Amino acid sequence: MSSDSVSNLMKGHMESLAAEGKRADGRGVLEFRNVKIETGMINTAEGSSMVHLGKTKVLCGIKLLIGTPYGDSPGSGTMTTSTELAPLADQSFDPGPPREASIELARVVDRGIRESRMIDFDALCIEHGERVWMVYIDLHILDNGGNLFDCCTLAAAAALSNAKIPNVQHGIAEEDVDLPVTCWPISCTFGKLGDTVILDPTSDEEAVMSARLTVAHDEDGNLRAAQKGMNGAFTDAEVREAVKIARKSDNVLREALKGI
Amino acid sequence: MAGQTDMELIKDGVRLDGRKPDELREVKITAGVLDNADGSCYLEWGNNKIYAGVFGPMECHPRHKQKADRAIVQARYTMAPFSVNDRKRPGIDRRSTEISYIVSQAFEKVVMVEEFPKASIRVDMQVVEAHAGTRCAAMTAASVALADAGIPMRDMIPACASGKVNDIVVLDLNKEEDNYGQADLPLAIIPSTGEVVLLQLDGHLTPDQFEEAMDLATSGCMDLYKIMRDALDKSYGGKK
Repeated sequence: MSSDSVSNLMKGHMESLAAEGKRADGRGVLEFRNVKIETGMINTAEGSSMVHLGKTKVLCGIKLLIGTPYGDSPGSGTMTTSTELAPLADQSFDPGPPREASIELARVVDRGIRESRMIDFDALCIEHGERVWMVYIDLHILDNGGNLFDCCTLAAAAALSNAKIPNVQHGIAEEDVDLPVTCWPISCTFGKLGDTVILDPTSDEEAVMSARLTVAHDEDGNLRAAQKGMNGAFTDAEVREAVKIARKSDNVLREALKGI
Repeated sequence: MAGQTDMELIKDGVRLDGRKPDELREVKITAGVLDNADGSCYLEWGNNKIYAGVFGPMECHPRHKQKADRAIVQARYTMAPFSVNDRKRPGIDRRSTEISYIVSQAFEKVVMVEEFPKASIRVDMQVVEAHAGTRCAAMTAASVALADAGIPMRDMIPACASGKVNDIVVLDLNKEEDNYGQADLPLAIIPSTGEVVLLQLDGHLTPDQFEEAMDLATSGCMDLYKIMRDALDKSYGGKK
């Protein structure tokens, strides 16, 4: 369904369903779709994962290269996150340079990982001020079934957990070691459909909802990142409630991540 | 092509990966793997991994590219940054622009474009892991995705390369052969007519070697054609 041509009839239908606590795909309003995580399928990447969240499919590849550190943090590795909304994922995705939506997505995922210090950047230093590991997280959306935020965050976490530092290839050390990961921030995204707050919106729901809220917690239940999007609004109470719900709801995603 | 090399890429008729000169790498094709695309395909060819998705026929954007009497095929070939050993910068470079362009033109020969004036048929090919021969692999995947989308076509177009290593003509170059071999000849044909819709060549071939390379690539395409048809049979249960 193209996002700019949804009928009022469909909008009304989804909103009234949500008001009754139901959804078009049979889920409850605060329920995640089925999640499936696979890892290690890309041999040319240092770490990789494929996450299926309902019909959404995201492929994540991690590359580690050697580079110079930033002047203000000479003893820390660096990280870059980019998302590719591949045209094959959605009829509305155009080829060409990344659009605002793609950049917002990449930055939210990036912040979730960077600001939570999920990766131990100090452990990525090879030679103080001279050489550090640069971590590249590239997210390829293959099928857009909605809620790319959570699917991308999860894919990045899964691929990072699977990544090895290629010491041997670059002659740094005798063996490749796991990328140092300190915590597991997981995000939950909510949508506002009419007056109802729903969890894990599908692309059809995204087309008719008015606002989006993404909240990321670590495994200890501390808040790590948040982002409100779209041109609608949440009430103060809705935001507080959503944060509480996210703390419990991310369990299904955590279990899936532990299972890999 | 690096031209002459001292590297021994083939010894007693056996290549570095254990194949005979006229042997394809293993090819696995699955049709209909994506939900949003009208037609899709996932293909593994040796270690190459590729997704292809098709949308359309639909309104052509940008408008100035519309043709009054037929549809256009807008093919797009891209490589994921993590698909190669050194990270590739994301986005479209000159190489992928050229490949996209010649692949679009190849498909306009077999897709019944005259049925859909002013429309566009979008064919997206995503290489997620690359080990030589990705343009042929991507085209092959795109053919299956077009068939999966139910786009009227005269035929599918299998694509396969042949080349030369240590003065021996071989089928389907692997990465070492691509880097250090003497010639590379990607070929795409229409199996029902034998017409050539894509041909490139770089390197060095004698006239006789060229004949041999054409024969070898053509027979590779025909082997591939069977694998493509089998994949569609598997999805749609057609006649064996």
